[in-house]
Amino acid sequence: MLDLVWLIPALPLAGFLVILLFGRKMGDPFSGYFATAMVGMSFLVTVGVFVDLMSLDAEARTEQVHTLFSWVAVGSLHIDLAFLADPLAITMCLFVTGIGALIHLYAVGYMHGDSRFSKFFLYLNLFAFSMLMLILGSNMLVTFLGWEGVGTCSYFLISFWHEKDSAATAGKKAFVTNRVGDWGFMMAMFFAFWAVGSLDYLHINEAASSLSTTTATAIGLFAFVGACGKSAQLPLYLWLPDAMEGPTPVSALIHAATMVTAGVYLMCRLNPVLGASASYAPTVIAIVGAATALFAATIAVSQNDIKKVLAYSTVSQLGYMFLAVGSGAYTAAIFHMVTHAFFKALLFLGSGSVIHGMHHEQDMRRMGALRKFMPVTFATFIVGWLAIAGVPPFSGFWSKDEILLAAYDKSVVLWGVGLITALLTAFYMTRQVIMVFYGEARWHDAHEEHGAHGDYIAHDAHDAHDDGHGDQAHAGQPHESPWMMIVPLGVLAVLSFAGGFINMPFSHSTERLTNWLEPVLGVHETDTAKLPLALVAIACGLVGIGIGFAVYYFKKVEPVEPKILLDAWGYDRAVSKFMGGPGRKVFEGIAWADATIIDGAVNGTARVVRGTAGEARKVQSGNLRNYAAVVGVGVVLLLAWFVIVRGIL
Amino acid sequence: MTDFPILTLLVLVPALGALLVAFISNRQPDLVKITALLTSVLTGGLALWTLFAFDKGEAGFQFVSEHSWISSWGISWHLGVDGISIFLVVLTGILFPLVIAGIDPHHDHKRYLAWMLLLEAGVMGSFISLDLFLFFVFFEIVLVPMYFLIGGWGYDDRIYAATKFFLFTMIGSAFMLVGIIATAVIAKADAGQVTFDLVKIAENGSFAAGTGRWLFFSFAIAFAVKVPLFPLHTWLPDAHTQAPTGGSVILAGVLLKMGTYGLLRFGVYLFPEAAVWARPVFLTLATIGILWGAVAATMQTDLKRLVAYSSVAHLGFIVLGTFALTSQAITGGVLQNISHGISTGALFILVGMIYERRHTREIAKLKGLQKVAPVFAAAFMIVMLSSIGVPGLNGFVGEFLVLIGSFATARWWVTVAAIGVILAALYLLWAYQRVFHGEPDEDNKSFAELKWKEGMLLLPFIAIIVFSGVFPKPMLERIEPSVDKLLEHVQEHSSWQAPVAAEKGEG
Repeated sequence: MLDLVWLIPALPLAGFLVILLFGRKMGDPFSGYFATAMVGMSFLVTVGVFVDLMSLDAEARTEQVHTLFSWVAVGSLHIDLAFLADPLAITMCLFVTGIGALIHLYAVGYMHGDSRFSKFFLYLNLFAFSMLMLILGSNMLVTFLGWEGVGTCSYFLISFWHEKDSAATAGKKAFVTNRVGDWGFMMAMFFAFWAVGSLDYLHINEAASSLSTTTATAIGLFAFVGACGKSAQLPLYLWLPDAMEGPTPVSALIHAATMVTAGVYLMCRLNPVLGASASYAPTVIAIVGAATALFAATIAVSQNDIKKVLAYSTVSQLGYMFLAVGSGAYTAAIFHMVTHAFFKALLFLGSGSVIHGMHHEQDMRRMGALRKFMPVTFATFIVGWLAIAGVPPFSGFWSKDEILLAAYDKSVVLWGVGLITALLTAFYMTRQVIMVFYGEARWHDAHEEHGAHGDYIAHDAHDAHDDGHGDQAHAGQPHESPWMMIVPLGVLAVLSFAGGFINMPFSHSTERLTNWLEPVLGVHETDTAKLPLALVAIACGLVGIGIGFAVYYFKKVEPVEPKILLDAWGYDRAVSKFMGGPGRKVFEGIAWADATIIDGAVNGTARVVRGTAGEARKVQSGNLRNYAAVVGVGVVLLLAWFVIVRGIL
Repeated sequence: MTDFPILTLLVLVPALGALLVAFISNRQPDLVKITALLTSVLTGGLALWTLFAFDKGEAGFQFVSEHSWISSWGISWHLGVDGISIFLVVLTGILFPLVIAGIDPHHDHKRYLAWMLLLEAGVMGSFISLDLFLFFVFFEIVLVPMYFLIGGWGYDDRIYAATKFFLFTMIGSAFMLVGIIATAVIAKADAGQVTFDLVKIAENGSFAAGTGRWLFFSFAIAFAVKVPLFPLHTWLPDAHTQAPTGGSVILAGVLLKMGTYGLLRFGVYLFPEAAVWARPVFLTLATIGILWGAVAATMQTDLKRLVAYSSVAHLGFIVLGTFALTSQAITGGVLQNISHGISTGALFILVGMIYERRHTREIAKLKGLQKVAPVFAAAFMIVMLSSIGVPGLNGFVGEFLVLIGSFATARWWVTVAAIGVILAALYLLWAYQRVFHGEPDEDNKSFAELKWKEGMLLLPFIAIIVFSGVFPKPMLERIEPSVDKLLEHVQEHSSWQAPVAAEKGEG
């Protein structure tokens, strides 16, 4: 199967091409099932490759390069379109194709009735292809191909309902902000090629130990700039909350589970380079990660949009992963990436189910008591909540615990920030669960204006869809979602619960993920006693949940939801204000200078030559002879000058 | 190599076609069109034949055709192609028939087509001339049909734009003419006989540093206008905006490339020492142009002007690569010539189609076109992504090679120039959003979907965009040997040392 690694991205690509040609004929829902099948088959191939890879010995697992053809080759630069099927890449592929297939299936139900149904799956399959290229690329340029590909698909999908101005703007914002990061990624490639003479990961990582500290730091930090863009870290996180304009399956797949983890993946890929930078780069990464984790968690506390809470939560959890990277615990980063993909995809899909059931209402203040109407959604959401809150034995606890352990080794301050974030996380997720599923139903008087807030699926189609389920009597009541949406929720709930078992800290043999990734990522050695730290972390999670219940369920304490947090500390607004104000002024100034000064000088010269101002615009083609004459005289003068002044003859 | 004078035919066929078209009666419009089309298709066929017969391992000039012309002055009919020019020849051969077949000038077809074919002859001649005098003749011939195409078939302000275009280029040319004559005369002192032969002068003549620099300057200014290099670019937005669609496509597609090609073929090849000396100036102007063009593009309200300014930015990358003087950078620049010709040519065609439908190019008057014309929007999107430089499409490969190749010799310029990559996304996506996204208003509701014929015109462009983005190897392996040969020449005749190996370890 190892030779078939190219099939992993090729299957979604084939799906893209087929839907491109026949999508409209395949229609709703067949094109969706077809797209799902392509990603599902990709998952099966990945499993086959995974099994084969396990049969190799540890050293050989890191060297499985499969070259398709020479892509860009000039002089000493040789870039192949090639795949590196090592444990890290295959681990990523497994959860990307696995969760990807589930979310494709979910989207068949969610997007039903949309007038651009097949186009949605066209983009989704293209995304899956790009994401797998990003992961499997054996060099930075193939990764960059995927990197830009997922960014482009993200742009398409955020502005999927492009008639809506806010969706169009959010898509553009995501693309342009990501391009700022891409500048960093490109600079990292330039440095790497200049220093190592190759962009192949194997070459770069092999040469890492012989790089100068400065060079290694430069490569690491420029790559981190790229990672900050893609993985929504400070100061470039701005695009991710806005990206919630996209349909909810997109938020789950791209903006929670897969694409946004690409930055973490890149950092892990280049871990020997980070290691060679004498802890400069890792320290910066750890600080940015911890700061982002805390910053975004505080914002999530005050959000009222069900998806915005999850968006800021994603930013915060990604911060954890970078904290792990910066602390040298690469396996912990990947571990948390995997469990986060499970529970955050689950939470997003759950929120999508709620939005779907609530007829496109996204404001949590108009929800409540939904546990009675959407039992499956409720039950699975609870699993996701406990997982992200860090309650043992749910998956999130194990991965978060490893990160906090590594952070503690790096610095107590970072550990403290991580703990506060954990507390806040448990708190805002509890708040969300209570606002959505408990309390009194606050949606009775709200449903008339359904559709005015959230996702944008054509109302007629959606209502027809309701009728199809025999809901006519309760047209305005929340309802449970169809099976295509329920099944993924169930599977993800199981994974969110049990996902932690892939890496149990009890003994060497239970640390399966660590052992599996060790040839690529190394091991984070620690002497710190694990149990006391774990107990503190559990306590923080429980305190957060407790406060949440006290405030929002028992209403013992008045909620504290400062406006400034709802406004995301005003940062987004300040940036927009700067861009729309001084930034725009600079642009206008340059455009003005171009038209007035530079072109003005040209036209001014022309006028002087002609002796009469304003005539330039009225010149008839007959007057060309005058110019020819002027030019002729000029030539003679220039020649004379050359001959006399320069003494050429 | 055969003795078949294929390069001579590349010039003569369109030239004779122009003559033929000019002599066909106005009363036979169909015959005019068919003649013009067949001529351009034949030329395109010859260009493709040249490509297929091209020996990719050979770095020197191929299909060389040399006949003494004005022997007493050492002027000869000397033609040849190498890796640096072959794809420009092919691009010219492909673009002209597409433009002639697919874009309707609306009136006076006969004269329009005659000028077009003469233009093609001039452009072809410029790209294959290996004699300075001959090159100058072709370089100047190009001006005349372009002037009349803008002036005769352009928009409201066409006369102003045509004149500006003509004057700008003429003044540049005046410098070059002086430079050419001086070069030939000075080279005589070395070789013993007056010659305008590019190869002979370059291989034998080594100019004293001061003289070489002045001569280089006289050539460079002509090419800098043509590129156009900041701050000599202001003729371009006017010329593009006022030119008919066909004229814009040719202007962006191949005419500007005469500047970047000239800098390499005549500037760097003839005067290596001066080119190395002038590097900082050109790198700086190219970098400013990349950012300046992008920022100016962002603020344009006219879609066509926006595309025109994007050309200023894109061509800046080519100049950057040229003067970075490394194998990857120059090869990337040569490739970018072609990529830009394809993607910007296609953008102008699309903007032309919008104008045909709405009789405006004002961004503010367009809205929501994606809803009413999704296929049209998709075509625009693909071309736009190529122009933005998304990997997997053609625009990326050249730009990337330029930047990564320039990094070793021009690090700070690259660091700044790469910001242009961000700006490219900004101005194009913002324009796309305003034109294609949103709910279409009354005026845009009936915007017609892409027609079959229009699709056929765009298809070759999109095919090339995808193919050469995924598989640029056939192009790169033909370009690179000639670039490396040029670099060796530069190193022999100057103090320049192109970086060969990487840092490797502590540095």
